[in-house]
Amino acid sequence: MTYLAKPKLIRPDTPKNALGYTRRDYEGAISTLCAGCGHDSISAAIVQAAFDLDIEPHRVAKLSGIGCSSKTPDYFLGNSHGFNSVHGRMPSVLTGAALANRDLIYLGVSGDGDSASIGIGQFAHVMRRGVNMTYIVENNGVYGLTKGQFSATTDKGSKNKRGVVNTDNPIDLVGLALQLGASYVARSFSGDKEQLIPLIKGALCHRGPAFIDVISPCVTFNNHSGSTKSYDYVREHNEAVNRVEVILPRAPITAAYEPGSLRRVVQHDGSVLHLRKLAEDYDPTDRIGAMNHLHERHSLGEIVTGLLYVDSSAEDLHRHLNTVEKPLNKLGDAYLCPGSQALAALNDSLR
Amino acid sequence: MKPTDISAPDYFHKVVDCQWACPAHTPVPEYIRMIAAGHYSEAYLINWRSNVFPGILGRVCDRPCEPACRRGRVDKEPVAICRLKRVAADFKDDIRSRLPQIPVNNNGKRVVCVGAGPASLTVARDLAVQGYQVTVFDNGKSAGGMMRSQIPKFRLPDAVIDEECDYILDLGVETRFNHWVASLRELLAEDWDAIFVGTGAPRGRDAEIPGRQEAAAHIHIGIDWLSNVAFGHVTQIAKRVVVLGGGNTAMDCCRSARRLGGEDVQVVVRSGFEEMKASPWEKEDALHEGIPIHNFLVPKEFTHEQGRLTGVLFERVRAEYDAKGRRKLVPTGEADTHIECDEVLVAIGQENSFPWIERDIGLEFDQWGMPVLDPQTLQSTLPRVFFGGDAALGPKNIITAVAQGHEAAISIDCFCRGKDLAKRPPPTVNLVSQKMGIHEWSYDNQVSEEARKKVPMKGLDSALKNIKLELELGFDPRLAYAEAERCLNCDIETVFSPKICIECDACVDICPTECITFTGNGEEAELRGRLKAPAKNAGQALYLSDTLKTGRVMVKDENICLHCGMCAERCPTGAWDMQKFLLEMAQAGAEIRKT
Repeated sequence: MTYLAKPKLIRPDTPKNALGYTRRDYEGAISTLCAGCGHDSISAAIVQAAFDLDIEPHRVAKLSGIGCSSKTPDYFLGNSHGFNSVHGRMPSVLTGAALANRDLIYLGVSGDGDSASIGIGQFAHVMRRGVNMTYIVENNGVYGLTKGQFSATTDKGSKNKRGVVNTDNPIDLVGLALQLGASYVARSFSGDKEQLIPLIKGALCHRGPAFIDVISPCVTFNNHSGSTKSYDYVREHNEAVNRVEVILPRAPITAAYEPGSLRRVVQHDGSVLHLRKLAEDYDPTDRIGAMNHLHERHSLGEIVTGLLYVDSSAEDLHRHLNTVEKPLNKLGDAYLCPGSQALAALNDSLR
Repeated sequence: MKPTDISAPDYFHKVVDCQWACPAHTPVPEYIRMIAAGHYSEAYLINWRSNVFPGILGRVCDRPCEPACRRGRVDKEPVAICRLKRVAADFKDDIRSRLPQIPVNNNGKRVVCVGAGPASLTVARDLAVQGYQVTVFDNGKSAGGMMRSQIPKFRLPDAVIDEECDYILDLGVETRFNHWVASLRELLAEDWDAIFVGTGAPRGRDAEIPGRQEAAAHIHIGIDWLSNVAFGHVTQIAKRVVVLGGGNTAMDCCRSARRLGGEDVQVVVRSGFEEMKASPWEKEDALHEGIPIHNFLVPKEFTHEQGRLTGVLFERVRAEYDAKGRRKLVPTGEADTHIECDEVLVAIGQENSFPWIERDIGLEFDQWGMPVLDPQTLQSTLPRVFFGGDAALGPKNIITAVAQGHEAAISIDCFCRGKDLAKRPPPTVNLVSQKMGIHEWSYDNQVSEEARKKVPMKGLDSALKNIKLELELGFDPRLAYAEAERCLNCDIETVFSPKICIECDACVDICPTECITFTGNGEEAELRGRLKAPAKNAGQALYLSDTLKTGRVMVKDENICLHCGMCAERCPTGAWDMQKFLLEMAQAGAEIRKT
């Protein structure tokens, strides 16, 4: 961590996106996390994704709970809306915000403690309801903020810094998300931005609950040998099922691929996901197949990453509730509360 | 690409752009930090060791360091290095007691320097402190050479020249002023162990066009006129003056003319404004004093009436470039331009002249009348005779003369001790971590975002009335501090230890200028294109690490690294460290270490 703000001097040839912003315009305050924290890499990936997608900063709402991960929204998208909620309760606040104003892009940022322990109930229901959002769990398998206890996602058999072995079974958030109806499910690694950035971009373009479990080593409490969430361990056991490239609707298609090696998935907003297959016979549109594959590979000690499941025709909470296209918070009092005469007329019609 | 060898002194030396560009390789960031800390005397002494004339150069240096300055690549303007040097000279304490002493016993070797300009004085200083008995001859009445005779006093007051020449002459250097050396043959016959020739480029080029002879009384050679002004022989000029030429001498001429009664002073140049040889700031100063500069006009004729100059006739030209990029000035065919004037100053170049060197004594000259020299040792074909400054490789500038003086002194020292002149002593190099704590460095790593500070000046009204009144006031300590803080500390190097890197990307994410990339190795040209930010400046090196655990390499583009130390602060394992690189050039008397 550093006390100094990043110098404002930039390269004279710094690229600008379609809105005229540089990457630096999507950054936030200087991080106060430990030097080398995986979470900072995820923040940088979010910055890059928002820059690449030409997202207007005021159209993003970042929501988080409590924990190292939940501090990070301060460190990216400094010009966007933010809400740091109660521990484990980010999904409720996000759901409420998404209902009130469906026009914003919702980005929930949470950790393994916030989502898999205290907030697991909230996590389950936000997925189940199909809220249109990107939900990122910065998963380091340890309670870093309270100095290194095992978390709910610590693998059985993984050792803590002092050599104690974890005996509890881990919660697999990817498995839960798949089971509960998330329509975009991915896993990635903070140390592999080439994989992570496109996955975040794809999630931000997706309509419906998009969940990304990002393994993010804790350099201070969980980056030793014997840990299954260290930089070295994840690099050794990382098995990516595919590589994603997000093609925006306006971008001309230039790259040519060999037939069969590439799968195109068109999302609601017209963005196209190009999936380059890495694992044989992996079908990212097959939810049950994805769950089987995950269990199978997990038993072999592999960490499966990539875009694991995507349903490009999914429906979200607003469609389920049949709400109007105009955001509720913009409807105005007269429209939302038409008066006692209108109520009487409605009641009469139901008699 | 092969991993970078950071133990080669040149690697980090090139990263310190200002020091690399300085002919005398002054450790610029080191003294700028001293100025920021208010340690003016220390800053002065660092300068004094390298460039001998900090107070003089802080006013009139050609400052090759500033166009090279990294700040200029990320900000609008470079650090005002030259004027900071003057700050060190202005605010230092009495530093006499801290100058090197001459040995109690001299080494019995006698060296003579012909000319008392910057090159000769540098040789005299470097050799005197090594125990040589040095004698300086000059036909002027005091030391300084062209620094005294050609640079106007409003840019460089005599007091500054006196002070800095005296530091050298006080080292037991014998002087013989008002002494014209008429013959090298005679000098050779005397028992000097070595002879150094630092006689400069004393002859101004003339404009040989019609009317030159007829109007001769009103046409002056620029450098001769300047020295007449410097010594008070000329105290006024006509109201309407044309200055021919676009170099720094022309700028000095026009600005001097403006102060001696010239009301309508104009500069006329053959080339375009951008291609003029004068430094941009000197052109700016001339324009500031209300002197117009006309370009693309070639003098054709001095017009005159009954021996009185009436003006100069010019042909209009334009620049054409051939396939090789060589410029040719071709007439535009437009009507000639006539500029009326009463006096003309010709400042179209300087030439070397060695009328006192006999051509039959074994000292060879080339086809351009220049002595044949070994460019490194500056030794002539007469082993005992060495050259330096403008006299050696043609007219350049003061700082080049100083650098050549240092080299010549090393050669003379080797020669007198019977050593091989080609074996040059290497520079001393030091690379030390600057880490003081978790977020603490021994240098100020916060990057200043302030713009370049302007040097306060006297009002033009009073400045134009008195040719001896120094125009610039120099920075005050507060401005100097603000300007010094603009320095990016390019000598505090980012040193990378691949063995302890865990490839967490923290440095990549924090780097404000996106210098750092972790990627697969490749050929340099191809690698430059696929970095996080493409490395387009091929003049700046890529710092490439050994292969890391994942098979990738760390590549850092040195081009616009701000040396802010953020990478080192964010590194969890200390794989990045900020280390101060201090390179000091060898001077006479340095030994070659046995390895």
